[in-house]
Amino acid sequence: MSLVQHLPALQVAVPLLAAPLCAMMVRPRIAWLFATLAAWATFAVSLAIFHRVLDRGLILYEMGGWAPPLGIGHAVDPLNALLLVLVSGMAAIVMPAARPGVGVEVAPRAQRLFFTLALLALTGMLGIAITGDAFNLYVFLEVSSLASYALVATGADRRATTAAFNYLVQGTIGAMFILIGIGLIYMMTGTLNMADMAVRLREARDTAPVQAALAFIVVGAGIKFAVFPAHVWMPNAYTYAPSLVSAFFGATATKVGAYILIRFIFNVFGVDFAFGEMRIGWALIPLGLAGAFVGSLVAIWQDDLKRMLAYSSVAQVGYIAAAIGYANRDGLIAAIVHVFNHGLMKGALFLVMACVILRLGKADMRSFRGLGRRMPVTMGCFVVAGLSMIGVPFTVGFISKWYLVVGALDAGLWPVAALVVLSSLLAIVYIWRVVETAYFREADGPRTREAPAMLLAPTLLLTVLCVAFGVATEFTVGVAGSAADMLGVLP
Amino acid sequence: MNGLPDPGWLAAAAIATPLAGAVGILLARRRPNVREGVSLASGIVLFCVVALAAAALEAGERIRLTLAEPLTGLPLSLDVEPLGMLFALVASGLWVVTTVYSIGYMRAHRESDQTRFYAFFAISIASTMGVAFAGNMLTLFVFYEALTLATFPLVAHAGTPEARRGARTYLGVLLGTSIGLQLLAIAGTYAVAGTLDFTPGGVIDGEVGGVAAGALLALYVFGVGKAAIMPFHRWLPAAMVAPTPVSALLHAVAVVKAGAFAILKVAAFIFGFDLLRDLAMTDALLWCAAFTIVAASLVAMTKDNLKARLAYSTVSQLSYIVLAALLAGQAGFLGGGLHIATHAFGKITLFFCAGAILVAAHKTEVSQLDGLGRAMPVTMTAFAIGALSIVGLPPLGGILSKWLIVEGAIEADRAVLVAVLGLSTLLNIVYLLPIPVRAFLRAPPEGAAPGVREAPLPCLAAIAFTTLGCFALFLFSDPLIGLLEGPSGASP
Repeated sequence: MSLVQHLPALQVAVPLLAAPLCAMMVRPRIAWLFATLAAWATFAVSLAIFHRVLDRGLILYEMGGWAPPLGIGHAVDPLNALLLVLVSGMAAIVMPAARPGVGVEVAPRAQRLFFTLALLALTGMLGIAITGDAFNLYVFLEVSSLASYALVATGADRRATTAAFNYLVQGTIGAMFILIGIGLIYMMTGTLNMADMAVRLREARDTAPVQAALAFIVVGAGIKFAVFPAHVWMPNAYTYAPSLVSAFFGATATKVGAYILIRFIFNVFGVDFAFGEMRIGWALIPLGLAGAFVGSLVAIWQDDLKRMLAYSSVAQVGYIAAAIGYANRDGLIAAIVHVFNHGLMKGALFLVMACVILRLGKADMRSFRGLGRRMPVTMGCFVVAGLSMIGVPFTVGFISKWYLVVGALDAGLWPVAALVVLSSLLAIVYIWRVVETAYFREADGPRTREAPAMLLAPTLLLTVLCVAFGVATEFTVGVAGSAADMLGVLP
Repeated sequence: MNGLPDPGWLAAAAIATPLAGAVGILLARRRPNVREGVSLASGIVLFCVVALAAAALEAGERIRLTLAEPLTGLPLSLDVEPLGMLFALVASGLWVVTTVYSIGYMRAHRESDQTRFYAFFAISIASTMGVAFAGNMLTLFVFYEALTLATFPLVAHAGTPEARRGARTYLGVLLGTSIGLQLLAIAGTYAVAGTLDFTPGGVIDGEVGGVAAGALLALYVFGVGKAAIMPFHRWLPAAMVAPTPVSALLHAVAVVKAGAFAILKVAAFIFGFDLLRDLAMTDALLWCAAFTIVAASLVAMTKDNLKARLAYSTVSQLSYIVLAALLAGQAGFLGGGLHIATHAFGKITLFFCAGAILVAAHKTEVSQLDGLGRAMPVTMTAFAIGALSIVGLPPLGGILSKWLIVEGAIEADRAVLVAVLGLSTLLNIVYLLPIPVRAFLRAPPEGAAPGVREAPLPCLAAIAFTTLGCFALFLFSDPLIGLLEGPSGASP
């Protein structure tokens, strides 16, 4: 067998094996270099997988040659192929920037552990995305979660510890709900393979345990996904974590929750059961919209811009949840595309915060005064990624919003479409007050200059991608379309 | 246009030229003379490009080009038609004049950040060209948004708290209406019609019921905030904190006319006149436009600040075009299109004069202008001529479009609207003519600072040009009307 066939195994194995090796490297610089190389290798693997999926549609891989449902299998279709690219791509982009960023925000002796944890979190997320086995998914969920809690706690601010603790408690509840849901399905079907579950569930649908399982999994994934009102862990975690952790998690962590939700609803339970009988659309759409409004409104009043971005994430997650709730093809495209697009723009914005924190020590409104002149490239990135957040044409945000609105109209939900655009107006307020402060107020802080190239280049790259994928959308929308087709929703 | 393989490049060149100009302006930032030379040169090149395109259009060529296809089935495409050509000609021609004026104004006024000013000015013009040549509603929306964002730094130029507040209102209203209402309308149109291409006769007729079509129409008319239908007109007076050249070209011509132009396009090419005439919503919106015409005129009368008075006058005049579009007839459409040109020349003259008064005499309020005609006879004469053109007296351009709009209202059997237009003309006289009258007939106040002279030569040259333009529009209107009617009756 050639190496190509083992790509799905390598996807998880590379970062998983790199993590303990990284822990053994005493010098932070070496650990960073190693982690960066591992992240790049992982990214290369996911690109190769993505390429194969586009060719073949679906890749099944049997771990150790044991055929599912007895053995554990990996299953990759366009949906998780795109997620793998997003997660490993963000890691590959953010990891090089970690050298200057983490150097300031994390104590030197904790740095190699920082990189180890980052690799473990990456492993967990990739594992969730790639596995075809429900229990395996839970295991990887715990791997990524435990690493994430610790990563948040490495933040220099002492409040990072309580933020991490809150994250731990709520994250554990979420994971536990998912585990209970999986257990209930296992009880009814006797299988843990997700494809197998889907087949066997067709007969066991109308039983109370299956209905309860759906409820548990939706709520559990909703917590991981930070859907309002289960978003409470997120603002503090993203505010006090090191900026690069915020950048990586802001772009990926909640997206994995969205993936779990989509995978279970559409593949395991099926559209008819989840939306027809259980009517989870009635939960997802109102909660999603409520999150969009609450998140954006709260973001407007934040002085700490990392916290502002975190609340903005609450809003964006709300859009994804609402789009899933439409249960039609355009809605699903909107959800999947926004998972990807929001990753790009939120990653770029958090990296801007990393640049500002590196130079000025903190990212509040005051330190942004006059920054347009003092850090022109950084602020240029903020403006472009911010416009994307607002949803201005030529940016990825517009593409997402277009499908969000068209999907709602297709589903006959006029008021929802109106509320989506209305709530997105709030993004203008919270983004633009920063832009105005940076360009039209005089600086009163110390003189400063641009962040080092190592940090600036990834920021710039993500910003450019925000525009590139806003103009050329064959990649995102095309893949999301074929993913939606494979998930079997009606057009 | 023999020898040109595909005239589509002309449309792309019209957008690319000012963008290239903006790059050149940034590169020449350390040398003001070169920078302003680049700005002027790109204006002249742009006008030539647009004129070439006009010639090609006249010769019956189809100028179209697809730029990209970000959404499946919804390309960003350019498709030049007569109305857009008229708009592009007016905007690009006046850009050259405004650049000349700016050179005099910005230097005499010792404005800071002039490179930013010229660069974003060029980007705004590029966006305007995109609006004018857009081949479908999505493309128009894309450039419409670009225009809003590119003009923001110009409005906030001074950086004072007042300028920031004005710019915030500007951006808030324009982005708020366009994303909150217009985007919804566009998505709705796409959902029901499956296309957003500008098609003579419209695309949604027969696809959707009257109520939904009416709702879409209202979303468009209010969503195109740049057309400044009340209550979404506040951004225009707020934008007056910008340097005067910005108010003159962008907030009397390019930006506001982009709004009025969008309404005309939506009325003719998305809805189609047949559908518009049947909708009950059209009636309601006609009343909104009529209300805006009268109310904005009344507000203008109360404004002592010269630029604020002109801004409210613009609000009122824009609703002429909206009203003309909603009349849903050939004469109204023609009048609305022509009003883009005639009002542009009249109003830009008035703003140029207001700026000249500010630079030369440091006066901003109408009540300070007593006796100024003696010190600045050229400026105040030009102001009087511009005002008469807005009022609509021959031999000035304003009468042409006003006449056609009135004709459209008569054709549509709407006597009340004819009366509204008449009333508005009277109000125009009341709030515009006292300004030159004061300047010429009243004695200067006691203790007025002596030694006030005319504004710098570039300013005066620009004023003279646009004033003559007001006459020229009246005397040589046939080519314009011929252009609008199109080579083969392409207009709806």
